[in-house]
Amino acid sequence: MSVPLLSLQGLTKAYPGVVANDSVSFDIGEGEVHALLGENGAGKSTLVKMIYGLVKPDSGQMLLRGTPYAPPEPRAARGDGIAMVFQHFSLFDALNVAENIALGMENPPAMKDLAARIREVSESYGLPLDPYRTVGDLSAGERQRVEIIRCLLQDPKLLIMDEPTSVLTPQEVEILFQTLQKLRSEGTSILYISHKLEEIRTLCDHATILRLGKNVGECTPAETSAREMAELMVGSTLHTPERAGRELGDVALDISGLSVPAPSAFGTALKNMHLSVRKGEVLGIGGVAGNGQDELLNVLSGETLTEADAVKLNGAPIGQLGPVERRRLGVLAAPEERLGHAAAPDMSLIENAMLTGAVRQGLETNGFLNWGAAKGFAENIIEAFDVRTPGPENAARSLSGGNLQKFVIGREVLQDPDVLVVNQPTWGVDAAAAADIRQSLLDLADKGAAVICISQDLDELMEISDNFAALNEGRLSAPRPAAGLTVDEIGLMLGGAHGMEVAHD
Amino acid sequence: MDLSAINPVLLIASLMVAATPILLAAIGELVVEKSGVLNLGVEGMMIIGAVSGFAIAVETSSPWLGFIASAAAGAVFSLLFVLLTQVAQANQVASGLALTLSGLGLSALLGQNYVGIRPPQMGKLDIPLLSDLPVVGPILFGHDPILYIGIALTAGVWAMLKFTRAGLVLRAVGENHDAAHALGYKVIRIRILAIMFGGACAGLGGAYISLIRVPQWTEGMTAGVGWIALALVVFASWKPWRALLGAYLFGGVTVVQLNLQAAGVAIPVEYLAMSPYVITIVVLVILSADKSSAPAALGRNFHASR
Amino acid sequence: MIRLEKRPQPSRAWSLATPLVAVLATMLFGGVLFAVLGKDPVEAIRTIFWEPLFGEFSFYYRPQLLIKGAPLVLIAIGLSLGFKAGIWNIGAEGQYIMGAIVGAAVGLAFYPYEAWYIFPLMVIGGALGGWAWAMIPAVLKVRFGTNEILVSLMLVYVAEQLLASASLRFLKNPEGFGFPGSRNLQSYESAFNADLIEGSGMHWGVVAALIAVIFAYILLNRHMLGFHIRLTGEAPRAARFAGVNPSRLILLCLGMSGALAGLAGLFEVSGPAGQISIDFNVGYGFTAIIVAFLGRLHPVGILLAGGLMALTYIGGDIAQSNLGLPSAAIQVFQGMLLFFLLALDLLTNYRVTLRTSEVA
Repeated sequence: MSVPLLSLQGLTKAYPGVVANDSVSFDIGEGEVHALLGENGAGKSTLVKMIYGLVKPDSGQMLLRGTPYAPPEPRAARGDGIAMVFQHFSLFDALNVAENIALGMENPPAMKDLAARIREVSESYGLPLDPYRTVGDLSAGERQRVEIIRCLLQDPKLLIMDEPTSVLTPQEVEILFQTLQKLRSEGTSILYISHKLEEIRTLCDHATILRLGKNVGECTPAETSAREMAELMVGSTLHTPERAGRELGDVALDISGLSVPAPSAFGTALKNMHLSVRKGEVLGIGGVAGNGQDELLNVLSGETLTEADAVKLNGAPIGQLGPVERRRLGVLAAPEERLGHAAAPDMSLIENAMLTGAVRQGLETNGFLNWGAAKGFAENIIEAFDVRTPGPENAARSLSGGNLQKFVIGREVLQDPDVLVVNQPTWGVDAAAAADIRQSLLDLADKGAAVICISQDLDELMEISDNFAALNEGRLSAPRPAAGLTVDEIGLMLGGAHGMEVAHD
Repeated sequence: MDLSAINPVLLIASLMVAATPILLAAIGELVVEKSGVLNLGVEGMMIIGAVSGFAIAVETSSPWLGFIASAAAGAVFSLLFVLLTQVAQANQVASGLALTLSGLGLSALLGQNYVGIRPPQMGKLDIPLLSDLPVVGPILFGHDPILYIGIALTAGVWAMLKFTRAGLVLRAVGENHDAAHALGYKVIRIRILAIMFGGACAGLGGAYISLIRVPQWTEGMTAGVGWIALALVVFASWKPWRALLGAYLFGGVTVVQLNLQAAGVAIPVEYLAMSPYVITIVVLVILSADKSSAPAALGRNFHASR
Repeated sequence: MIRLEKRPQPSRAWSLATPLVAVLATMLFGGVLFAVLGKDPVEAIRTIFWEPLFGEFSFYYRPQLLIKGAPLVLIAIGLSLGFKAGIWNIGAEGQYIMGAIVGAAVGLAFYPYEAWYIFPLMVIGGALGGWAWAMIPAVLKVRFGTNEILVSLMLVYVAEQLLASASLRFLKNPEGFGFPGSRNLQSYESAFNADLIEGSGMHWGVVAALIAVIFAYILLNRHMLGFHIRLTGEAPRAARFAGVNPSRLILLCLGMSGALAGLAGLFEVSGPAGQISIDFNVGYGFTAIIVAFLGRLHPVGILLAGGLMALTYIGGDIAQSNLGLPSAAIQVFQGMLLFFLLALDLLTNYRVTLRTSEVA
């Protein structure tokens, strides 16, 4: 076999209290699409950061076409032909497309020439882009294009893609895959990070599976079943949430004709939205990030006030009631952003239990707080939802993402809501904890609560929803029964390819 | 009351002089804020610049050396802010206040022996013919060199932010420091340089007050100019030319009220003296509706974790 | 190489220790500063910290501690509530002045009539004066989103001009032979905030400061409003999610701190200062910012920090007269204290580790 493009040999990186990568080795061949598969927290991010020069390994080495490769910083990695498309944090909203791309290049040409190059390259790869648009106004799919074009302009030998499809509709994924296949045919190698097995089976030539920082196996995805890969990734057999056949009751929560202007320059306005959820129903709301999920949650939790009868609970208007009054009435919510929205990072779990539990758990009388009772409530949550922490006195940010998410969901579920709204309930959570969280939502619905689950994970929504609706640019589609929906139908509900055409060759 | 004693040409010329310290400090702070840092220590850095510029100018009899020293002193003093916010990760608002409070104290200490002295004068620009032109001459060609440096600095910062890669990187850091870090830019280093530039500009502005505008040294003589400069950055929506416009506006208010005081208008002196501050508030209110152009990472500290 | 690692949660031990370490560091570097100024550093530090408490004339200085400390604590308690919520009122100096002007005006309006209710009315007037002055930045922030830092600070300069106007014009003593300044309230019995125990320095302002400390302690630790204040400072979005109305909180926090600063001004003008004069304010409103941070925004901490800061004021005065230490040196000394405190705060949230080398 020829010399691989990039060879990783025994890469190890430890952080206080956790070994992120433990002697990881594998090769990426020339023109190969190589999958890096693993759960959240398996060490995928740390590994690619080492390849990209953002993190230095404690030990081990990398060889690029047989010569030692140790980039001190991303600039050096880019110089060596390694480019990366990030999952988060790498675009500047207030700058335009061309400026964003220039920032990712070593020696960018003059802006005018660069703009022309961007037009040219983006068309030829089927990802058309206007170089002078402000990035903050782009859809998630278009933003990703910016990142991809930024990489392509540097003729990379290796393109690293970190969870690229998590922000795309199925149709957009299709376009992306065509681009990636074109790149492969031109000899570019791709390191493709994901936990979505079907994608990997369609696209990748080879897969390396990480679990708890270790390389636990390699396979050829096309020849391996998704189930086998899943078990390698998780390390055990998973149980799928069970749902009892439920009778749906009366309408619990109802939104009719709701429009809300965008809260900020780069936010999304909600447009003429209709929604109703019955007692005992799980309503799944899908959509690509940034299509109004946060705004919808805020309207339901009472953080954004609307006209009184735009939102009704059991027929009574609640649009003008704030979060506290809604909690009193049984409408509870768990926002997406755990640190800073659902929980205060530097406050203890006791204080975070007080944050939403004060009204329904009787943790206050006449404004005076009962910390003893709050501690009891926090301990209940920790116990019932198996939150791993030394104790309720610990700060929220000391918990891992999955544990904090269990705490946040548990805090609302244990308050016996009549209506529970969750946004991205299992984002960044490992598979076992995600299954527990989904089960708790189903159990809640079994007890007769109405549950609205906003999520970007379509598999999750198909698993737990009775009905499915999609958010697209602040509009909500009419709900349809989840059972029997095909991927194509869902994709179209999500807005198809968002009007982004594949350029013709 | 004799309003006819107010000469409009002299008024405009002195307005430009009154505006220069505010402009210098504001341009510096604008760069700092563009990098995503809010330094409320402008007042402190200004007064440090005022006293050290004054002292060096007196000791060396050279106003030029005084100005150079004031810029250096402002930059060095801003390192305290760097230490607090960029190294020790302290809250930027509190650290800026600390800088101002200690700057006021330190300048009083340093300036003890310089009270009541007249500093060496800086020559005015004197271009034959041009400076002698009626009206235009005194307004455009009859000032000290630093005033022109202030305008040049405005143009330079504008061009730097708009056309250069350094400007693009600076804006990127102020917009989203995590993304800038992920792309391999040295967020902290860039911010430190910006803060020191801000310190140098504030120092120059302070020395302009003590060496040219007043010119002498008194304790606390910056009297809120640093704070007005901070307000001016908001007023200017982080755009250099608007900062120039704003500085001239405030300079105008100051000069007009001083002229009115001198002319003996029937309004009590105190009410005239408070007018620049009141107008600052009014302007802030009018302009605070639009925050869209504020750097998105303004005031947030960056710590590179994993 | 020195590296910083964020602690999983703030260290309680360091949180308590940093003010002490900061004080020690300030003494050390202050000593160096005094030595540079040609003063014996040990003697200077001793004069500042020992003389007022246990020196020969401590019988005179101890009451002074209360007189200087009370306004600092009163103002700092109010500021700390706002600071905790991320609401930066730095114009307490102006609110202090306005409290004094309004309070004194109420009292002088009754002159020379004597009645028991005059002083209580003055107290209300003082609180209202400070409150109203603080409501300007509060309302502008709520209504227009105007930055409260800049507005509250600009209003200090405006208040100073009003103070000048009051002492030169509208509150000027008609029997004052043309000198600026109001009538002396110390010689107007109904308006005089006298020592409660003769010669103790214990006037109503001290009592108010102690009540404020207790009130703030209960508010922050036992009451929903205090919890919401802390929550807003820690995580504004989480606070909204918890049901905090940010506008209401801004009005409340700025209002409370304004009222407390106004009270401090009133107790000062009706007691130790005695009259409205051009140089009535001496920077308590700014020093209180240092006190608030030095006390870690904690009521009990502020009480101790206020005492310490009062000590440096009085000790500084003694050092000035005994050793010729310039008064500005004390200002620097106080600034240093805030500086060290902020710098050392690092240790509460980060762990500093030394690494000899990094494996590439």
